[in-house]
Amino acid sequence: MQVAAVFLPLLGAFIAGLFGRLIGDRASQLVTCLCMAASAVCGVILYRQVAFLDQGSVTNLFTWMDTGDLQVQWALRFDTMSASMVAMVTVISTLIHIYSVGYMSHDKSIPRFMSYLSFFTYFMLMLVTSDNFVQLFFGWEGVGLCSYLLVGFWYDRPSACAAAIKAFVVNRVGDFGFALGIFAVYLCFGSLHFETVFASASEVAGNTIDFLGFQVDALTVTCLLLFVGAMGKSAQLGLHTWLPDAMEGPTPVSALIHAATMVTAGVFMVVRLSPLFEYAPVALQVVTVVGATTAFFAATVGMVQTDIKRVIAYSTCSQLGYMFFAAGVSAYPAAMFHLTTHAFFKALLFLSAGSVIHAVSGEQDMRKMGGLWPYIKITAVMIWIGSLALAGIPPFAGYFSKDMILEAAWAAETGVGHYAFFLGIFAAFLTAFYSWRLILLTFHGKPRADEEVMHHVHESPLVMLLPLLVLAIGAVFAGWLGKDYYIGHHMAEFWRETILVLPEHNSIEEAEKGLPFLVHWAPLIVGILGIATAYVCYFFRPEIPGKLATRFRGLYLFLLNKWYFDELYNFVFVRGAFGLGRLLWQKGDRATIDGLGPDGIAATTLGASGQVSRLQSGYVYHYAFAILIGVVALVSWYLLQPILY
Amino acid sequence: MQNWPLLTLITFLPLVGGALLLILRGEAEAVARNARWIALWTSTITFVISLACWVYFDPTSADFQFQERAEWVPSLNIGYHVGIDGISLFFVLLSTFLTPICIIASWTSIEKRVREYMFAFMLLETLMVGMFCALDFLLFYTFFEGILVPMFLIIGIWGGPRRIYATFKFFLYTFLGSVLMLLAIMVIFFELGTTDIPTAMTYSFPVSLQIWLWLGFFASFAVKMPMWPVHTWLPDAHVEAPTAGSVILAGVLLKMGGYGFLRFSLPMFPDATAYFAVPVFVLSVVAIIYTSLVALVQDDMKKLIAYSSVAHMGIVTMGIFTLTSEGLQGAIFQMLSHGVVSAALFLCVGVVYDRLHTREIARYGGLADNMPKYALVFMVFMLASVGMPGTSGFVGEFLALMGAFQVNTWVAFLATSGVVLSAAYMLYLYRRVVFGTITREDVRAMLDLTPREILVFAPMIAIVLWMGIYPNSFLKPMQPSVANLIERVQVSLDQTRVKSDGQVAQR
Repeated sequence: MQVAAVFLPLLGAFIAGLFGRLIGDRASQLVTCLCMAASAVCGVILYRQVAFLDQGSVTNLFTWMDTGDLQVQWALRFDTMSASMVAMVTVISTLIHIYSVGYMSHDKSIPRFMSYLSFFTYFMLMLVTSDNFVQLFFGWEGVGLCSYLLVGFWYDRPSACAAAIKAFVVNRVGDFGFALGIFAVYLCFGSLHFETVFASASEVAGNTIDFLGFQVDALTVTCLLLFVGAMGKSAQLGLHTWLPDAMEGPTPVSALIHAATMVTAGVFMVVRLSPLFEYAPVALQVVTVVGATTAFFAATVGMVQTDIKRVIAYSTCSQLGYMFFAAGVSAYPAAMFHLTTHAFFKALLFLSAGSVIHAVSGEQDMRKMGGLWPYIKITAVMIWIGSLALAGIPPFAGYFSKDMILEAAWAAETGVGHYAFFLGIFAAFLTAFYSWRLILLTFHGKPRADEEVMHHVHESPLVMLLPLLVLAIGAVFAGWLGKDYYIGHHMAEFWRETILVLPEHNSIEEAEKGLPFLVHWAPLIVGILGIATAYVCYFFRPEIPGKLATRFRGLYLFLLNKWYFDELYNFVFVRGAFGLGRLLWQKGDRATIDGLGPDGIAATTLGASGQVSRLQSGYVYHYAFAILIGVVALVSWYLLQPILY
Repeated sequence: MQNWPLLTLITFLPLVGGALLLILRGEAEAVARNARWIALWTSTITFVISLACWVYFDPTSADFQFQERAEWVPSLNIGYHVGIDGISLFFVLLSTFLTPICIIASWTSIEKRVREYMFAFMLLETLMVGMFCALDFLLFYTFFEGILVPMFLIIGIWGGPRRIYATFKFFLYTFLGSVLMLLAIMVIFFELGTTDIPTAMTYSFPVSLQIWLWLGFFASFAVKMPMWPVHTWLPDAHVEAPTAGSVILAGVLLKMGGYGFLRFSLPMFPDATAYFAVPVFVLSVVAIIYTSLVALVQDDMKKLIAYSSVAHMGIVTMGIFTLTSEGLQGAIFQMLSHGVVSAALFLCVGVVYDRLHTREIARYGGLADNMPKYALVFMVFMLASVGMPGTSGFVGEFLALMGAFQVNTWVAFLATSGVVLSAAYMLYLYRRVVFGTITREDVRAMLDLTPREILVFAPMIAIVLWMGIYPNSFLKPMQPSVANLIERVQVSLDQTRVKSDGQVAQR
């Protein structure tokens, strides 16, 4: 069962990928969807067995690496945390497979697309079920690879290729930290196996290691390095630049990879490693600050974007920030809960956006939409549900998880916790604002698309709408159903040993004990305020945004250009690397090494021999003259010798 | 099986095939066809026999196995002595595996002097295998230097337009280093009175002498490796070499330096090795970052891959000099992996070169449209080259870097940044060649892989994945030898420390 849940998608990917041309589009879709559905059934059954019946297990497949000291296994670990992820990933992936059948129906390489999607799911499952750091890294790189392949799926578009490379390389920067973190774990613990490492974490706490010449706390530096990896994968501030560009990929990809699953891997990693992070308080503070800042940053940028998918992408980035600062204040269950609810409503939002894009013939710019409500009512309702959940309006899913995160941040009673709380509240306001900005720009007002497009606007086929309905059910009920287990009374017996929270960090219990009235209701209040503001700006007084943009032009441009991160990186890293490479090649290799080395020596030798060969002129009188000089020199030498000495 | 003369057989069998080639007579067309088939059969049989070495190799022993001795110059204690341990086993296999691949890859692309070409490859195989098996300095040196001759001819006769410049650069560079190694070998002979390698491996050279001998060997191995800054012969040699020449050059010849460090520098001069570890780290790290940046701006496919080879070899030298079990196993694994992956990448270049006769990256683009199989194959090897987990490239790189982290975090920190750069230059290469839209008619007319080309790539893909998913088949046999080597170095270092402490105490 465990093996089937993880490896069925791989089987589907192989069949569709290698024999796709042979068996045709329809069969490829069928095979991948069936494999995925079977995997999802296994996943859900396992989830029930593991999380509710306490039948966790570790399936060792075979040895991966064994160098004598280091032993790494291929293993499938099913405990509450991985099982909940497996269930979530397989279910959402199945829905997105089905949706893709409709969405990609006009594409010319359907088998390849389906194969990539399944392949991605396989890697994601390997990631969440890993029992050691190296398999985690395997899944980590694997999902990164599939993300690269899927972002660059339309490889004939230069922008897609550029975005794909950017996604991979920026992730590699994170992986650079992740890899170093793994090395540090091995240095500190002598093992890369989760259980072994976690068991001795409390003993290693307080040890110091030498890192880059500094004596630093071992666990702090280890956790910070690992967190760099998480930042890359989960698009946190500084390493976030790839995520908006990744929207070049087909929309189902954005929903599956860049919203529901892959980008949450960083959060999953931090929560999975809670037994390490708990003993590294400095690292936790960094996680909190980075998470909160990202939540705020991404929300401000999302406010002014005009591409419908980019708005949602920045919203994802912002929500990931919430999850991180939840983990940072030791509210790991809340982070996992938000991760799960977010997967449903964000996948819903992306797929609905895809449905909108499908309806308006591929247009993604919201300035060219508007007034679509009468034509695609079901899609519009779906976006409403997704947005209500995102904005944290009860009883939708996002309300429960986001509320708990903000309360826990306050209840942590630390400086960074309060920092996170205030930024989080402000970001919640912005979230509600840009969500309704999106709704109002897309569905209401006068149609801004040309008549040709408006003429073709149509509701999506059933194969696309069904997955939306299922996701919408999740977005409505997931929070209400899960809250007792994930963050409520049954929390302890639900998570069991998978999450470690030291007694002094127990922010969730603190939050349960009661909070100031304003703190408790603030998330909801700002959510409603945000929606109201959006209505004022885009429904009742549509001239306001334009005026604001001209009034605060600097700020507007700053936000529109995403705080100029891309420009800065492009200048420093991309052009820097190419410039340096050219310099080293031309001046280093060619001029210096070859110039002074082989070519230089060769030239000198040639020159010298040329000089020497000129002596052989062939004229007898030259030689005779040379002999004469020689004789004179010798004779004089002999004659002068007695005098000199 | 241990007593059978297996090693002599696989060493000289290719030469027998070569002799057969030389007596071929008849029409030019027929000679060429027969030459191809003789070379293919010979090298394939050699490969199959070499597999027996692996099957019957005792993976629990650190000793030299399949040893054979014969007298050669008894008055000087110089003998014919061959044998393999866990370190050399896979290099022998790598050589015998790549030779038939090269023969198949040159099946149609070489049209002139086919018989001579095949003879050069047969000779080359004998010399490569012999070098990895040799357990006598003189024998080793003969093979080691002998390899230059067929390689010189392969590049010089069947190479590109600037082949003469490239061959001379290649020959003189490597020869210069080897002369210093010969001097060191002579010193060892006068010190020991024999040229037997296992004897020298257990002999304790005085520390001051070790330093000089180490430097002598280093000069040769650093050029072969190639380490920065003596790497500039490599891009030129690769660019001018025919595809199969590049395959052997990258696949086997670049491993001679690393093998040399493991066979000679570490066990014989442990004190000098520890003494020079930091300078080697510096050169390795410079190589990794410097050549990766240079690779980023290349316009020539072969040059780009050649520069990436230098960066990968930087990881190897770094791993070897960590003197940890992870570092050493990682370095050896990385050499094997690179042997297959870079060879395959050069074959990938060869595929498009055969069709369009240019290596300029900008001439291509959009190949995914008309060559999907090629796109897949190229993708696999590109990923292996950037160290994607699940492929062979990851295991070696990961272990070597992990070893480095235990010894020196700065080295590991800087070397790991290479993973970012390698992703950048390889993906950029792939994007320019395979992705994009086709703009030229001649590119559109290119055909996908032929069955013969698939035959070449299929086993290589299988090995890359096998090494990535179950590397233990390769790690296990090398462990006893590596452990033995590390112990030898540690014991020697401890003794030296005790001695110097004793001297300090006496004063």
